[in-house]
Amino acid sequence: MDTKLDRRRILKAAAVGTAAAAGPWFIRDLHAADDIKIAGIHDASGGLDIYGRPMIDVLTLAVEEANAAGGLLGRQLTLINYDPQSNIQYYTQYATEAATKEKVAVVLAGITSASREAIRPVLKRFNTLYFYNTQYEGGVCDRNCFCTGSTPAQTVEKLIPYAMKKFNGKKIYVLAADYNYGQITSKWVKKFTQENGGTIVQTDFFPLDVTDFGPTIKKIQAAKPDIVVSVLVGGSHISFYRQWAATGMKKQIPMASTTFGVGNEHVVTNPEEHNGILAAYAYFQEVKSPANADYIKRYQKRFGEKAAPLTELAMMTYHGFNLWAAAVKKAGTVDRMKVIEALEGNMSFTGPGGKTTIDPATHHAVLDVYLAEAQNRQFKVLESFSQQKPADTAAVCDLKKNPNENQQYVIDVKV
Amino acid sequence: MTAPLKAVGWVAGLALSVAAVFGLPHVLELFTLINATIYVSMAILTLSLALIWGYGGILCFGQAAFFGLGGYTYAICAINFGDSTWAIVLAMVLPALVAALVGYFIFWGRIGDVYLGVITLTMTLIFLKFFNATAGDAYKIGRAALGGFNGIPSTPPLNLPWDVGTQLAPEDIWYIAASLLVILYAGSRWLLTTAFGRVVVSIRENEKRSELLGYDVRRYKLGIFTIGGAIAGMAGILFANCVFVSPTMFSLFYNAQVIIWVTVGGLGTLLGPIAGSIALQMIVAKLGTLQGLDPNVVLGAILIVFVLLVPKGLQPVLQDWWDRLREPRQPAMPAPAPASTLRSAGIERPLTSATTAHQPAANAASRP
Amino acid sequence: MDLVVIIILQVIAAVASLALVSVGLAVIFGMMRVINLAHGEFIMLGGYAVIYATRWGVNLWVAMLLVAPLFVGVVGIVVERTVIRFLYGRMIDTMLATWGLSLLLIGAATMIFGNTTTGVSAPLGSVTIGQYQTSLYELVLVVIVVAVLGGLMAILRLTKAGLIARATMQNPAMAASLGISTNTVYMVTFGAGAALSGLAGALIAPLSGVLPTMGVAYVAKAFITVISGGSAIIAGTLSASMLLGSLNTLATFVATPVVGEITLLFAAIVLLRILPQGITGRFFRRAL
Repeated sequence: MDTKLDRRRILKAAAVGTAAAAGPWFIRDLHAADDIKIAGIHDASGGLDIYGRPMIDVLTLAVEEANAAGGLLGRQLTLINYDPQSNIQYYTQYATEAATKEKVAVVLAGITSASREAIRPVLKRFNTLYFYNTQYEGGVCDRNCFCTGSTPAQTVEKLIPYAMKKFNGKKIYVLAADYNYGQITSKWVKKFTQENGGTIVQTDFFPLDVTDFGPTIKKIQAAKPDIVVSVLVGGSHISFYRQWAATGMKKQIPMASTTFGVGNEHVVTNPEEHNGILAAYAYFQEVKSPANADYIKRYQKRFGEKAAPLTELAMMTYHGFNLWAAAVKKAGTVDRMKVIEALEGNMSFTGPGGKTTIDPATHHAVLDVYLAEAQNRQFKVLESFSQQKPADTAAVCDLKKNPNENQQYVIDVKV
Repeated sequence: MTAPLKAVGWVAGLALSVAAVFGLPHVLELFTLINATIYVSMAILTLSLALIWGYGGILCFGQAAFFGLGGYTYAICAINFGDSTWAIVLAMVLPALVAALVGYFIFWGRIGDVYLGVITLTMTLIFLKFFNATAGDAYKIGRAALGGFNGIPSTPPLNLPWDVGTQLAPEDIWYIAASLLVILYAGSRWLLTTAFGRVVVSIRENEKRSELLGYDVRRYKLGIFTIGGAIAGMAGILFANCVFVSPTMFSLFYNAQVIIWVTVGGLGTLLGPIAGSIALQMIVAKLGTLQGLDPNVVLGAILIVFVLLVPKGLQPVLQDWWDRLREPRQPAMPAPAPASTLRSAGIERPLTSATTAHQPAANAASRP
Repeated sequence: MDLVVIIILQVIAAVASLALVSVGLAVIFGMMRVINLAHGEFIMLGGYAVIYATRWGVNLWVAMLLVAPLFVGVVGIVVERTVIRFLYGRMIDTMLATWGLSLLLIGAATMIFGNTTTGVSAPLGSVTIGQYQTSLYELVLVVIVVAVLGGLMAILRLTKAGLIARATMQNPAMAASLGISTNTVYMVTFGAGAALSGLAGALIAPLSGVLPTMGVAYVAKAFITVISGGSAIIAGTLSASMLLGSLNTLATFVATPVVGEITLLFAAIVLLRILPQGITGRFFRRAL
């Protein structure tokens, strides 16, 4: 036993020496008793890794930076990164492990809504604080869970009218991923289209493993819409953008997307395949601000010039972590209820993505939203909208009044 | 083995399993116990395939279909009834019915070997595609939304029969799962000693001969296939209680895993696949936390190595060693085929372990 | 009218691509009675061969039509020598071993290439048919598939090697006693099947992108197509592709991609119930 401890101590000394270079897996081996443990559960492999990898990198760097600055409450942080391999079963498994075995202070986790709904009940049951940092369809109402990503009322509401005006069109064809994100987001697309005097020609749903869009592209041609809106998700769906361009349709019908770019689709595809696609998120790597420029420098120093470009998911993971850290400082403890109360005190953090404030009634974020266009493997930011409220979730969820609520509302979109 | 020794073996096995069932919750942390329950549910699924493939000679590529159906039926019924009692019953009956239907289709059509594999695989893929596409509002059964790719995350846990108020804690579900595994194992051993079980094995050994002896092979195959479906359904219920139901339950991944576990454990045995499944799940879970090594590489390598070097699987090989160790002057003698066929029906040693020269019977039967 | 033309083209393209992803599996199954479940991973390797070859400056067409089949063919021969040849006559065991190989290759590819979708853009641009547009590449793909199947047919029918291959296929024992090294024939056949899978992966790469796990999507489809087709290599693949491919595409047009897939699967089940030995078990029995 003693030798083991000794080895750990030596390892720890070595690790502190090379803190900047130490990966999360290394840190994992040496949790000292007084460290604050936190867990990240993001896909580093499988079809969803295009989203997960930058999130893991950002969280790793955030913890390293916090530790270099002296840790939290005078204690060092230990980050445990789990890779659920894009398999929902592992999400529940690792969430249970993080909560019951490692007894972590907070879990930052989940990419798809499916993964969130898998781990949210687990963490609620084992009284472990949960941060979900992904843009999603809205509606989660759970006092144990904070959602820092943007929701349709913040992004789609801006994207659709802008696209309709810019492309001067009224008829929209929607392609959506076939799970709750796609289903619900496509309703929001419909709502905002109709509010702006347009019509939805058709909405098609695609399971996440579909790669052949040939027949669909022919169907779109037959329907002759003015604009195509893509709510497609994951690595397989990237082939739609390729096939769309290969048939020459890209030059004929413009496209807006609620998802293009969050998986760095604009880096994987060619400029001919993505130039001109509109998107709206709470963060783009191309956002011009000193804080962002500084952060990108640090990020690229740590992970190299070729590190995956930062996405909203990655940046909101950074904001989410910092919101939690600020709340811990304010509460003076990592105790779950005290941290939740601190966060509910309109806790806010200003970072590379602008200012993010926790809305106490919904546990969602008030945040800055940007509208941009894909151009040559980058995004060109066209407009920004400051401090957008999560109005969609606010319409159904009030945790101040009903703190014991625990569900995801499927917001009744009137269309 | 002589009769008294055998009795001692049974008693020792029973004592050991009782100790494991009731001892583990006191030793393991809650998290590990929940995982152990998942492993046990998968072991039950493995048992179902070990039974129909190893003894019935039916290589079903779609055992996960019954597993998934069991899970979904349980979740949908439990949500709608509010009480899990009838949900459990239905979640065994429905997969068994589907198995019977598919079995009727296959066995009365006299579809064999690869073709059977393709049909069962295709059936699973249909379920997978269908449940994946049920995210829309239209797919609601009573109060339960099928949820498409998400599945049904809010699967209610088991409660005491007809007592909705008492929901079972993870420890209780462990007791149920582990006892069920022991009971199902013993039940399967018993089944194979009955007249029905012996005929099923004889069909595996030689279908034509069994038919000429006057047995309607279709019925026997259908019978064992249906039982396998019901057992897989039970595994699905337990899995739904530990994780939750989602279309991944129908995925190729689960189908592949079960077949790998049975192969590694030993085709034509029951204990081997059970142990193999638990051991391999532990290995894969461990590998998931390592970086730089993809778990698929290890899983794939294990499978190739086993097929090439230990085609009979672990249990028969270990048993051979054990027998040789106990009776060093009498190395495993190839027994005459009909006699060993009968012995393999229910008693401790299957045919394949007795003769090193023969291929596993299921393979021999399926040669083109 | 344009719509009809475009739907017909789409159906033809779907049939061709189904035949393309199945033919490698069909060659190995038809000749050797080996079900190669690593087929999807051979497709994946073909895709990666194209990606890397073009990155190193090889012309895209050369990469697709030469580099990828050669590379995967060599991989196939290595696999045959190290694994498959010990398992002849044990159909289930070869399935399990190749399944293991499939997992191994997926894992290895994930470790080497990373688990992200990469791709090359489809060459050639588009053509306009009335008021519709379609990708010219898709049409060229059809031509290539016809050429591949025709070439295969010619080799089997007209050359000495083809004669030896057919002899081995019909009666290995007799062929061996006439002095043919069936061992070599099997090795070459497996290599050729792998090369065809590699070609398929190479040609698909511009349409669907390349991912370590991409094979999974094709192997089940190819498996179903080949078994539905029965034992005749070309006639079986072609007839099953035509039936299943057109049903899939038409159902996709009428409804959704999911309905299309489910229609394909249902058709395969019904087909196997009616014709338990596949299409060529009943019809075109003397075809290849």
